[in-house]
Amino acid sequence: MISFLQSPIFVNLAYIFASILFIFGLKMLSSPETAQRGNLVSASGMLIAILVTLAQNEIIAYEYLLIALIGGIIVGVLASSLVKMTSMPELVALFNGFGGIASLLVGVAEFINPSSATLIQLVAISFTVLIGGITFSGSLIAFGKLSEIISGKPLILFGQRFVLSTLLLISLILILELILATGILGISGETALFVLIGVTLILGVLLTAPIGGADMPVVIALLNSYSGLAASSAGFVINNNVLIVAGALVGASGLILTNIMCKAMNRSLSNVLFGGFGSASSATGGSGQIQGEVKPITAEDAYLILEAANSVLVVPGYGMAVSQAQHVVRELGELLEDNGCEVKYAIHPVAGRMPGHMNVLLAEANVSYDVLAEPDDVNPLMDTVDVCIVIGANDVVNPDARENEGSPIYGMPVIEVDRAKTVFILKRSMAAGFAGIDNPLFLKENSRMLFGDAKESISTLVSEFKT
Amino acid sequence: MESQALLVLLLFVLVLSIFLGFELINKVPSTLHTPLMSGANAISGITIVGALLASGGDGTLSSILVGTFAVFFASINVVGGYLVTNRMLKMFKKK
Repeated sequence: MISFLQSPIFVNLAYIFASILFIFGLKMLSSPETAQRGNLVSASGMLIAILVTLAQNEIIAYEYLLIALIGGIIVGVLASSLVKMTSMPELVALFNGFGGIASLLVGVAEFINPSSATLIQLVAISFTVLIGGITFSGSLIAFGKLSEIISGKPLILFGQRFVLSTLLLISLILILELILATGILGISGETALFVLIGVTLILGVLLTAPIGGADMPVVIALLNSYSGLAASSAGFVINNNVLIVAGALVGASGLILTNIMCKAMNRSLSNVLFGGFGSASSATGGSGQIQGEVKPITAEDAYLILEAANSVLVVPGYGMAVSQAQHVVRELGELLEDNGCEVKYAIHPVAGRMPGHMNVLLAEANVSYDVLAEPDDVNPLMDTVDVCIVIGANDVVNPDARENEGSPIYGMPVIEVDRAKTVFILKRSMAAGFAGIDNPLFLKENSRMLFGDAKESISTLVSEFKT
Repeated sequence: MESQALLVLLLFVLVLSIFLGFELINKVPSTLHTPLMSGANAISGITIVGALLASGGDGTLSSILVGTFAVFFASINVVGGYLVTNRMLKMFKKK
């Protein structure tokens, strides 16, 4: 029995079965009704793959492996259960980085193992180290930016592109040396590998540091894709199909998400990665000065308008996450519904700091997912909306995207809140959004600014409703 | 198996899987973008298979140690990734 469990045919069949479970799991993750089960299906695929691997007779010693496994499980359980929902973006970024470094280390372990690697394996090891290293350091920078350990502003090095291309060239030379072992560089293969690791880590930092906070959703999706590609590449190192299949699935899903995010900003991927958005946009686009004045409103007056409204559209942005307003927002929504008003939430794909950020926060606050709408669903009906409540969103509701050809965000699909009868904008001050662009929405005839912390402002509205 | 034949086979699997991935996740409602991402991220922890083989396999002390670190990081990725995805998905309810 044991010998059958260790036979190559059984092991490989089990890996195929695990791959099937990953495929079904991912498929089920794309619909809200089946998503939770899908995640369990995919997790059981992983469990099968791990157990079968542990039973293989290639594994001769369990001491180190079990210590690391148990340590990893403890850290994973603690991190995932203790983290607050608002810190989800940085945790996802961190886990992603761990996946990258793990693939890199698998490549390194295979390289320093004396059983000689084939040419194909050497190529695969080089790619695994390259992608794994970029994923790791890039994810750590993303983690730092999201948790505000380092500034969210784009950091652009002098001669960024020159440095990047030089480093890419160096890594290419190192990879060639690793594969061909010509000895021309006068360093051993291992030295070349360690230098390559260093170079890829710097590359990851340089590729991520120039990207501003508002563009984070794109980067996170892209790094997610890289971690899959690294795993897939590691599959070529150890000649294992399940790594190749699972890694490729993740790589593809990450690329699709990246593409969705880029489309939502009407920008190309290279523009996001190398554009240094938000730093060069201070030059006004030749549209002339924006006319109008800011009209503040008190919470009491806002309440009177809301009380008479028949339809309300809530548009959340990163500001809602910052002030932790999602619970009071849900409470306000329920009070409005009790008042006979129709309440919907319009969520822009790049609102927040990761794909779907706002949806997670509102789900945490118990908002039903079927009232969460996308811009394309709400824009055609915007003229019938009585009140739009914009909570800490800025660039995703900027009318310049439709009206001002000189604006850096011209052409970006936005939520056209200015077409609603009244727009309340909850904002702490008149500071510009992350893209650093003026927002003429604040000066429109039908706009009212409700200054102050979003959570406090909405709490005041809620208590007005209750009295 | 001859190494060229093996390479062709593995590349074949890779190309088909990438196409499969694009088809599978073509239309995801934006509500599920975060869980999809973190769920996919957990799947990328499959590299743990390679890590386990390196850590428990027949290698030098240094390759075993490197593999052991790989197991540690990959298992955080796998366990944390699935749990956090599950925690998020539990919240997505229709009323």
